[in-house]
Amino acid sequence: MKRTNELIVGLAMAAVITVITWGLFAVGDNMPAGVTPYSRDVYQLHMIVLYIVTIIGILVFAAMFTSIYLHRKSRGAVPAKFTHSTRAEITWTLIPILILIVMAIPATRVLIDMEDTSGAEMNIKVTGYQWLWQYEYLEDDISFYSALDRDSNAARQIGSGISPREVDNYLLEVDKRMVVPTDTKIRILLTSGDVIHSWWVPDLGWKRDAIPGTINEAWTLIEEPGVYRGQCAELCGKDHGFMPVVVEAVSPADYRAWVAEQTSGQQVAAVEPVDAEMDRETLMTHGEDIYDAHCAACHREDGSGMQPAFPALAGNPVVNGELAGHIDVVVNGRPGTAMAAFGQRLSARDLAAALTYTRNAFGNETGDLVQPADIAAQIDPEPAERLALADSEAN
Amino acid sequence: MTDTTAHIDDHHAQPKGLSRWLFTTNHKEIGTLYLVFSLAMFLVGGAMAMVIRAELFQPGLQLVNPEFFNQMTTMHALVMIFGAVMPAFVGLANWMVPMMIGAPDMALPRMNNWSFWILPFAFLILLSTLFMPSGAPASGWTLYPPLSLQGGNSFAFVIFAIHLMGISSIMGAINIIATILNMRAPGMTLLRMPLFVWAWLITAFLLIAVMPVLAGAVTMLLTDRFFDTSFFNAAGGGDPVMYQHIFWFFGHPEVYIMILPAFGIISEIIPTFSRKRLFGYTAMVYATASIAFLSFIVWAHHMFTVGMPLGGSLFFMYATMIIAVPTGIKVFNWVSTMWRGSMTFETPMLFAIAFVVLFTIGGFSGVMLAIVPADFQYHDTYFVVAHFHYVLVTGAVFAIMAGAYYWLPKWTGYMYDERLGKIHFWWSTISVNVLFFPQHYLGLAGMPRRIPDYSVQFAEFNLISSVGGFAFGLAQLLFVWIVIKCVRGGEKATAKVWEGSRGLEWTVPSPAPLHTFDTPPQVDDSVTAHKDQLT
Repeated sequence: MKRTNELIVGLAMAAVITVITWGLFAVGDNMPAGVTPYSRDVYQLHMIVLYIVTIIGILVFAAMFTSIYLHRKSRGAVPAKFTHSTRAEITWTLIPILILIVMAIPATRVLIDMEDTSGAEMNIKVTGYQWLWQYEYLEDDISFYSALDRDSNAARQIGSGISPREVDNYLLEVDKRMVVPTDTKIRILLTSGDVIHSWWVPDLGWKRDAIPGTINEAWTLIEEPGVYRGQCAELCGKDHGFMPVVVEAVSPADYRAWVAEQTSGQQVAAVEPVDAEMDRETLMTHGEDIYDAHCAACHREDGSGMQPAFPALAGNPVVNGELAGHIDVVVNGRPGTAMAAFGQRLSARDLAAALTYTRNAFGNETGDLVQPADIAAQIDPEPAERLALADSEAN
Repeated sequence: MTDTTAHIDDHHAQPKGLSRWLFTTNHKEIGTLYLVFSLAMFLVGGAMAMVIRAELFQPGLQLVNPEFFNQMTTMHALVMIFGAVMPAFVGLANWMVPMMIGAPDMALPRMNNWSFWILPFAFLILLSTLFMPSGAPASGWTLYPPLSLQGGNSFAFVIFAIHLMGISSIMGAINIIATILNMRAPGMTLLRMPLFVWAWLITAFLLIAVMPVLAGAVTMLLTDRFFDTSFFNAAGGGDPVMYQHIFWFFGHPEVYIMILPAFGIISEIIPTFSRKRLFGYTAMVYATASIAFLSFIVWAHHMFTVGMPLGGSLFFMYATMIIAVPTGIKVFNWVSTMWRGSMTFETPMLFAIAFVVLFTIGGFSGVMLAIVPADFQYHDTYFVVAHFHYVLVTGAVFAIMAGAYYWLPKWTGYMYDERLGKIHFWWSTISVNVLFFPQHYLGLAGMPRRIPDYSVQFAEFNLISSVGGFAFGLAQLLFVWIVIKCVRGGEKATAKVWEGSRGLEWTVPSPAPLHTFDTPPQVDDSVTAHKDQLT
């Protein structure tokens, strides 16, 4: 009689818990299956483990709530005397081990597959900076920065008065997308220029840390054209929440067209000699663009900064002081603070423009025009040149 | 009272007022100090959580700027881990361990006083960084370089505070080990000790093993930041990933430092209210020890995305999955203890049952996180946030609540208000799930952790989570009131307090007099809460 009761109540409890669990699965979001062979493997692995733990949970909780319902003092239950059962304990040690082995086998298979970057048809180097990404296409010789788009950036300021709901893809759009071909095995090399970041697009099925001094590698093969959005996943400072990743997968033919468009633009720029003199108008307009993309996150668009970590540039003694000191801070950074060394990141042209802009905007009136040659004179020689110098000295 | 008791009481002059608490060497008074301090820090850390949930209530930045938001997430974690959860367990150990093993006090009473009084100063220093020009630490409680090295001079204060907390923890741990190994009453053999005592003995060894590792890691940060070393600076030949390995070699055992004593508390409460002895006592002891051992060889599962060699990832995946086995044994044994018992559902039992269910849910997401390829998706998302809050809030904190209700009558001599206790339980349990369950969905849908603002697709579940958060926060003010009310009076508690309670602590009067077991009791199986002879 007693055992029958326990069985009936147990089944009823299991049914109730199953319904609750089903409800929890139905109302919520799940992991996307994604658009790569690897992301679908990960999704399947996720679902297998999720179902296994759910079934275990239903059994354990059903037993527990059966006991809570039947074996209560108010129903006149008399406590049993048993304190031990070797058979039961061996059973519930061995069965979980078997279940874990069942999970570990596919997990190992997928992981081995994931780590195999051989046979990649192209390589893209991704460098994280506070707070934007740089993409370098190693075969196609394309390089650009990708930062939060202007609309999101305007809306995300405190008291902006712009509703995030009115911005398309709020916080998940960039000024320049990473365009890649579909059906191509792409090796992605990750590193960082300052702190640790993590490059993540859920639809590709993985994230990987971008670490200074280290190059991590991973691969992807996108099967469906489309725009896939993600974010930096490793806390990297104040604008960690504002450095999205947007990957646009297009057909290989469209990709070639995009490459052609990019490289022709670059050639035009390359025609001008590096240290060509620029006029005030060019310096100021180009400088404002560079400033907004690389400097305004900390020093604000109006140069007011954010005290105490990010000094105001308006009226700043360095900015209004001697040019060499100003160049030194921008090119070499300030170690121990968030001020990065931009000498490695931006061209002499870009730096000259940005410096000219800061020295003549926000009420700063130095009147200086900084030329690329001024910057080039103060940049460290390339590491290779430095080695050559050291060699010749040794000889 | 016997003559011996009177004699010892005479020997110690009782200072009054503030100096009573400053100079006390009594384990019960120090236990009270720890618990009150822990409750205060729980409210401070909780207030920071309220700031976080208020900013995340809707998309867009409304209340705080991103730097302050990062300071809040960092300080919330540091305050809750080192200020609320760990001191609460040490407070419970101070109060209960000597009474459970029949010892008159802790083995090293003066060190006991010191290890407590370091803490308020450590947290004064830590919290004061909020008012310094360069602000509180904002790089997450893990203080990963190079980001943590970008902070201002207040960073030195943070590291000094962490050193102080470590010293306090190590002294507390030494004291607990010395007490348990040397001061057990005759007949209290190791395998007659209550599970709470066992859990703390093992936890204390974990503390001694890993707190110095944390101290070393943060000291290297200090010299990197202020003395131009390059331990973690890639440009100087160092490696930022090395910090993560060292940190998590401390960090993973730290996770179990915060859960093993909780296992102990639950293993005391469930037998009492099931009126049945604990099922599989010996297995419980070995499972606890196994978990402690495994905690030293799984650290890198916190950092699968840093790009480890394949062999490394596989080792840490397998080792992590194995933890499910001893943890499973514990859950099965708790359910078996309830099975065919004669249960009643006073507030401590309600919290214990909620612990078993919700901690197990946190354990399930833990198994999912162990699967490396899937972890590449879960890592650093709200799925992880949901996971560790299930094991730390509905795990560790619920166990502390359960323990507080369970032993309050013994401490104060009065029964707490059972009706209010039940309201507190239901209010907390419902709101904590509204708070943390939707965060699983957010993580799976792609929301990274530690962001002050999010895309509008995450708005609904964030709103639900914030509402749950405010409700949960409010519920804890009710807990404060219940404790105050119980201290001030109420129904007189008997020595045994609970009908099914067993163990030495229930043989002394309620409230427990300042000095107990001046003459050691004789212990045999009739007083222990378990009887696990193999038959």
